[in-house]
Amino acid sequence: MADRKMKSNSKWVQFFNGDLWYDFTRSPVAIVSFITTIGCLFLAASAQWVAPFDIFDLATLELMDADLPPPWADEYGEDKFFLGTDDQGRDIWSGILYGAQISVFVGFASVIISAIVGVALGLLAGYAGGRIDSFIMRVADIQLSFPAILIALLIDGVMRGLLPRELHDELAIYVLIFAISISGWVQYARTIRGSVMVEKHKEYVQAGQVIGLPSRIIAVKHILPNVLNPLFVIGTIHLATAIITEATLSFLGVGMSPTTPSLGTLIRIGNEYLLSGEWWITLFPGLALVILVLSVNIFGDWLRDALNPKLR
Amino acid sequence: MLVFSFLVKRLFQSFLVLLSVAFIAFALFKFVGDPISNMVGQDTTLAEREKLAERLGLNDPFPVQFFNFIKGAAVGDFGLSYRHKVPVSQLIAERAPATLELAIISALLSVFVGIPMGVYTAIRRKGLLSRSFMTVSLVGISLPTFLIGILFIFLFGVILRWLPTFGRGEVVQIGFWTTGLLTWSGIKSLILPSVTLALFQMTLIMRLVRTEMLEVLTTDYIKFARARGLKENAVNFGHALKNTLIPVITIIGLQLGLVMAFAIITETVFQWPGMGMLFIQAIEEVDVPVMAAYLMMISLVFVAINLAVDILYAFVDPRLTIDGGSKHG
Repeated sequence: MADRKMKSNSKWVQFFNGDLWYDFTRSPVAIVSFITTIGCLFLAASAQWVAPFDIFDLATLELMDADLPPPWADEYGEDKFFLGTDDQGRDIWSGILYGAQISVFVGFASVIISAIVGVALGLLAGYAGGRIDSFIMRVADIQLSFPAILIALLIDGVMRGLLPRELHDELAIYVLIFAISISGWVQYARTIRGSVMVEKHKEYVQAGQVIGLPSRIIAVKHILPNVLNPLFVIGTIHLATAIITEATLSFLGVGMSPTTPSLGTLIRIGNEYLLSGEWWITLFPGLALVILVLSVNIFGDWLRDALNPKLR
Repeated sequence: MLVFSFLVKRLFQSFLVLLSVAFIAFALFKFVGDPISNMVGQDTTLAEREKLAERLGLNDPFPVQFFNFIKGAAVGDFGLSYRHKVPVSQLIAERAPATLELAIISALLSVFVGIPMGVYTAIRRKGLLSRSFMTVSLVGISLPTFLIGILFIFLFGVILRWLPTFGRGEVVQIGFWTTGLLTWSGIKSLILPSVTLALFQMTLIMRLVRTEMLEVLTTDYIKFARARGLKENAVNFGHALKNTLIPVITIIGLQLGLVMAFAIITETVFQWPGMGMLFIQAIEEVDVPVMAAYLMMISLVFVAINLAVDILYAFVDPRLTIDGGSKHG
């Protein structure tokens, strides 16, 4: 135990002395985008405690409070709803916090599942080679020639047909995660496969083969740890894409239902009121989505460049 | 000869893709929803249902049904829409002009604005205008299409009241085709949706052209052309741009296919009565024939574009056919 702690300690020391940390502290863009990202994630994760109102508690809603504009933009607004309320009298700010929680949850879950599926298939394709490889990569090629959003839409449509209607609303979040993660595995698989093909001709792998280790052990215990590096960058950028995909699906009306809204659903609800001049219902959730996605994207971009040895 | 075998290989691949999509579409019919109960009323007896199933060939063996499905799909016959009770082909034919007009105008817009912007930002790399283009393009790439659409609606439809925000305006019927391009209100209605749809591709093309152009500008033959004393414009447009555009063709071709797919989102935002909206409604209502037909059609468009790009590429850059032709990266 003590031994292990020493090791992780020195890893942290290594990290703070390393190039990445050095670059980070000298890049205002990286710092700002990182802090914004963490801030968004924190707010989303703690929506239950941070939000001034519980939007799921129907008892607190009052029709009197419906459609109130933000108090600082219009004299009809009330101070306790500082971003206004929607058509049912729900506080917009609280809605955004709870909505972001769902969006971020779907985003993270999809990224993790995509990564697991992609890494497993990439490892298998790269190490096994031959027919398995060409089959997996052919499927990847075919899938890549269609946009992710179309694939996610299709999966969602199929699930809608397979599940009874009541059940579908309940399971909507899992259907979404499933659809988004299936539409995103290709990138991971391709990257991992490429690295595995390079690694498998190295001496440590040959050594393992010579002493008679089973392929499974070589692939998982020896090659896998050496090819995981790019995962973090792909994952960060994929997180932004996954959140956008979720928002888009929900906006199109095939994602989260209005009773458990994500940011996309909130924008969809508000969109109906935009033309009658109630802009705050849709624009604030939209702004929240932009801030979240943009900060994740910019940080991901920086991370990719910072970890790219060619650009050093 | 090499070009020929390359093309045959690609043709075979395209065929495989279409076949697998057809299989997925067929599986939709087979496993999602019950076609019989979607066609008949509550009071149909079991015997009648059985007769209908027999007549529709639903009791045939699986391969036979698949073959029949392909035979129908090849001539555009996907049966009746569960919801609208009219042939799917008719629904699609009604909606297709709206989507195609929107997609083509957006594609033209993104190519003819995106490429010059990319060239400009590459040549005047440090200029103020270039930098503002780059910053705006980062936002353009990060913003989801539907949000851009909403912002446009808010700005030009609600605040300024300059442009219509939904529908196609007045359309003119020319034979089987309805066009909005011949009336003033039709053109005005087209502006916001087409710009919204074009924006993402435009920024992507701009960034791509810029990167490629910057790379080409550092090569030896460009330096040599400068050393020979050629005019700046001759170097930039005569030499550099030509070589920049070769790899750009591929991506642009593939992007144009995406325009069709992203039209789904734009159509929903602007209530544009095209195929995308038809597809979304079909998903919400589990209208399998419409879903299958849309899927088959859009994959046909994709495969055709991919193939066209490959053929074009094989003629423009003969090196490609020599190393097996895998260039999708």
